[in-house]
Amino acid sequence: MSDIPSDLKYTKSHEWVRPLPSNQVEIGITDHAQAALGDLVFVDVPELGRRLKAGEACAVVESVKAASDIYSPVDGTVVASNSALASSPELVNQAPYAGGWLIRIQVDAGAAAPSLLDAADYARLLADEAH
Amino acid sequence: MGLKTPLYENHIREGAKIVDFGGWDMPLHYGSQLDEHHAVRGDAGLFDVSHMAALDLGGPRVREFLRYLLANDAAKLQAPGKGLYSCLLREDGGVIDDLIVNFMTETWFRMVVNAGTRAKDLAWIRSHAAPFGVTVRERVDLAMLAVQGPNARAKTASIVPAESRDALLALAPFVAAEIAGWFVSRTGYSGEDGFEIALPAEQAAAVWMALRAAGVRPAGLGARDTLRLEAGLSLYGNDLDENHDPLASGVAWTVAFDPAARQFVGRAALEAARAAPRFELVGLLLEDRGVLRSHQRVMTAGGPGEITSGTFSPTLNRSIALARVPAGTRGTVTVEIRGKALAARVVQPPFVRRGKSLISI
Repeated sequence: MSDIPSDLKYTKSHEWVRPLPSNQVEIGITDHAQAALGDLVFVDVPELGRRLKAGEACAVVESVKAASDIYSPVDGTVVASNSALASSPELVNQAPYAGGWLIRIQVDAGAAAPSLLDAADYARLLADEAH
Repeated sequence: MGLKTPLYENHIREGAKIVDFGGWDMPLHYGSQLDEHHAVRGDAGLFDVSHMAALDLGGPRVREFLRYLLANDAAKLQAPGKGLYSCLLREDGGVIDDLIVNFMTETWFRMVVNAGTRAKDLAWIRSHAAPFGVTVRERVDLAMLAVQGPNARAKTASIVPAESRDALLALAPFVAAEIAGWFVSRTGYSGEDGFEIALPAEQAAAVWMALRAAGVRPAGLGARDTLRLEAGLSLYGNDLDENHDPLASGVAWTVAFDPAARQFVGRAALEAARAAPRFELVGLLLEDRGVLRSHQRVMTAGGPGEITSGTFSPTLNRSIALARVPAGTRGTVTVEIRGKALAARVVQPPFVRRGKSLISI
């Protein structure tokens, strides 16, 4: 069973979203996603200051097996990226919700609230995908 | 649900992630593909290769038949047990499959072909075998294991009866023999030393357990692919296919043009291709960060090419590939990855052999 922390929000494309102070969010990929991808060997994150639209491909995680796009859950601006992933992409496998975070985004003021899943909804999504 | 090998239950018990491969339910990995790769480079790994097809070719004219059927020359097989790697060609030079054939006796040769090509290979071989009176028997009663790595031979020797141990360890590279009731060949697909073992299907699960108890670690198709690519070994369906001849596919060394009098299927087409080479298969080492993948476009001074196999090399910690490029391409090329042009260096495979990097990083 994959780990789905109850204090995070989720997308249907298997990103997690952690609300931070000052209208920022941190995003990463879920435990389920890292397990499906297998050993990660390369992570490409966007440059700081890049403007993102909700649903836009903004990062790439590559495992030995395949490359997978990461989509921004919100409209906003990239304010931080996890520089440790350049040399240690395996952090995403080892700690997808902690040391394996990908980027932080300053959400646009006045942007519509994104439609995100809570932990229970995401668990149901995984159960449905398994069938 | 796909076809299952006699080791399917072992894979499930070992926690394998199962994927479809050529119609077979096969283990992709047992947790970490990278750990499995390193285990084979540094110690010993165990692969289920029972999906591949073992064929016994029989009859008094079997050698003569193989000299006609294959692009490599079965006349090279003089010592009993000796194996030969060859392409199976169409008349136009397209590669139907790549295979290994072992000379056992003048009336018995053993061939192993790929899983995904089994049906078309059998049809092709049987249609050409009939005029030679050669029989083709598919050995569906056999399972196949590969034990690969620097400690593979010693660990395999530890599980066979004492009286078979010397014969097993005396086996020379690329030679097979019947030992302890098994068909054992000192070959592999990893760039490491080791054995490939064909054995009665009903013994497979017990032998798997014995090798595990001897400290051999299970490895899936994921590690098998990164290992073979580091070793510069071709994968049928990626680097080899019916649309390209062996000269444009990195296996020109397996085509025996001499003696000139030997007529083999595809010879005329290959003679023409040899006179005017257009493409060749080279190795690529990505200079930038990223991962090379099959079908990415390669830009060279002589025109466009294409990656046939690409991956991340766990041994080199860099991305590597095989690419079909205009003949004579050397130096640096660029590869298009998600709209960016990244620099890659043309290198001569293999990238890694016997645990050692063979190219400068």
